[in-house]
Amino acid sequence: MARLSYLDAGRLALAEEMRLDPAVWAVGEDLGRGGVFGQYKGLAEEFGPERISDAPISEACILGAAVGAAMMGTRPVVEMRFSDFALCAVDELVNQAAKARYMFGGQSRVPMVVREPIGLWRSSAAQHSQSLEAWYAHIPGLVVVCPSTPADNKGLLKSAIRCDDPVVYMEHKSLWPLQDEVPDDPEFTVPLGHARVAREGTDLTIVSWSQQLHIGAQAAARLAEGGISVELIDLRTLWPWDKTAVLASVRKTGRLMVAHEAVSVAGFGAEIAATVAERLHGGLRAPVRRLGAPRIPVSYAPTLENEVRVTAERIAAVVREMVQAGPEQSLGSGSGPSPGPGSDPSHTK
Amino acid sequence: MGQGTGSNIDVERLRRHHRQMWRIRAFEEQALRGLDEKVVLGAIHPSIGQEGVAAGVCASLAREDILLSTHRGHGHTLAKGADPLAMMRELLGREDGNCGGKGGSMHIADFSVGMLGANGVVAANIVIAAGAAHAVKLRRERRVVCCIFGDGAVNRGPFLEGLNWAAVFRLPLLFVCEDNGFAATTRTAAMTGGDGPAARARAIGIPAAEVDGNDVLAVESTASELLAAVRAGEGPRFLCARTYRLTGHTGADPATYRSKAEVEARWKEDPIARLAAQLRLADVAEADLAADAEAAVAEMRLAYEAAVATPYPAAARAYADVQDVGDPRAEAF
Repeated sequence: MARLSYLDAGRLALAEEMRLDPAVWAVGEDLGRGGVFGQYKGLAEEFGPERISDAPISEACILGAAVGAAMMGTRPVVEMRFSDFALCAVDELVNQAAKARYMFGGQSRVPMVVREPIGLWRSSAAQHSQSLEAWYAHIPGLVVVCPSTPADNKGLLKSAIRCDDPVVYMEHKSLWPLQDEVPDDPEFTVPLGHARVAREGTDLTIVSWSQQLHIGAQAAARLAEGGISVELIDLRTLWPWDKTAVLASVRKTGRLMVAHEAVSVAGFGAEIAATVAERLHGGLRAPVRRLGAPRIPVSYAPTLENEVRVTAERIAAVVREMVQAGPEQSLGSGSGPSPGPGSDPSHTK
Repeated sequence: MGQGTGSNIDVERLRRHHRQMWRIRAFEEQALRGLDEKVVLGAIHPSIGQEGVAAGVCASLAREDILLSTHRGHGHTLAKGADPLAMMRELLGREDGNCGGKGGSMHIADFSVGMLGANGVVAANIVIAAGAAHAVKLRRERRVVCCIFGDGAVNRGPFLEGLNWAAVFRLPLLFVCEDNGFAATTRTAAMTGGDGPAARARAIGIPAAEVDGNDVLAVESTASELLAAVRAGEGPRFLCARTYRLTGHTGADPATYRSKAEVEARWKEDPIARLAAQLRLADVAEADLAADAEAAVAEMRLAYEAAVATPYPAAARAYADVQDVGDPRAEAF
């Protein structure tokens, strides 16, 4: 174990995979000088400018070239700098990378990783702050990963590079400096599609991922002081998502909240909420709740930007409503949960 | 390069082109009959009139070389060496089509002969070709990549991005603009600034040549010269081959946006007829020319009949080849 930042854990993962497999290479704007956040620092010196390749500001070509290079037997890792910029390459990702294996009848696979840093990053406004993970979870053919810890950023990035599917790998910009223990072993990986129970609890399940997971953890700690036991699940991978782990937790607690930084409307929380409602309706002790951003673009001024944040205070308040307002036990009652005062799914503060 | 004459050309080389161009035309005509018979299910984009580009360019490519094509890709795919039966099955959506019936005409591909796919999105193949050539260079392979696209593609962003990429990384890539004058059903000239595709390539620093695309020998010799430079590691080259689409944009397009007189005049420039005239000058017998056509028509009719007799894929195949991670069935119900 070593204490590493989330950023350095990702850098180590790429370096280890490049040492293990000569087919792995990385390409994107500014990589030669270490990447816009320093995620590639020192790698060009070790691997040379061909394998840590600069690129023109040509997002469509960066991503499209990765598709062609993947079809030809290499394993490109492409850096999009901000997930917002990757929207310039949606055709290449959605129509080409995600579909090539299927529409060519399995003649080729497209093993590539698309690194798309997401999320709020103080005063970065509407085009440098988005969390669009749900868009890609909607596309057959893509894997979507949202790591929340340094260890996961190492283990999941290594799994993504070894995966033969195109993987949209979304690191959160606010997590770059986060420090934690990270396994040294070059064979350490975290499997795709497996959630992690970040905190065990009995009263309510919070499902979250990425930076929002840590805000959920703050809320859970605060709620524990008041006697409410929250089970916190880090989903880690949005596609495929670990339905087994989520359903098992909600069967135990009877209550589900999904909290994510992305816009609530049509966010991935909706998919989780719907699945839990379909499978566990009779066993729920409170209506499922989703917390996400209101459907407004992210602003520059802190007072405006803060409006999209799902804060620990807000999570804790809604959890208290859910635990206090729901029927103590509705299993086998045959009737649906009665809507309590906390059942309004709008963004009440 | 340029017009061959009877005295100094390799007659057998001309015959090979004649046979190949007839195979492409016969495939397209058979596919159009299949559309009429409602056996070809989706849209097809025939390349009748453009056979000289497919035959001339692909004659300069080796089997291990890589080709990427467009929505109008049947001719390129055949000329690269794909099996017409597998292609016809794909157009009919049948089992054992090149893509198992999942792609159809617009996604025709045969990776076994280096044909990395037609593409339903205009210009999308240009950036993919850049990446294929990038991998060839990274892996120190000797083969080259050829990317064929239409004149409509020059107005999309990936054209600029892909050409620039190939130039700055000095990739082993031949770009071929198959300039048939139409972007779907609009005349490209009316929607394009500047001096055309070759001028745009030169502006990015890629040496470019222009050729009469209906002269298969000129296409072949120009493509060969450009490919020699590409193979020598001199970076990408660009070929603009001017041709004409003798049919509508799709098999269902009556092409009312151009006059009958215009199309009739263009039929006089039919690349197959022009090559036949050269063969006659080289004393090839009329019966031999007719035999080339008949053999091609028979080959494609047999492929079509065999494809019609092939079943559709089993429904369960819809869930295959989606991705390794995650079970697509688990979320279906």
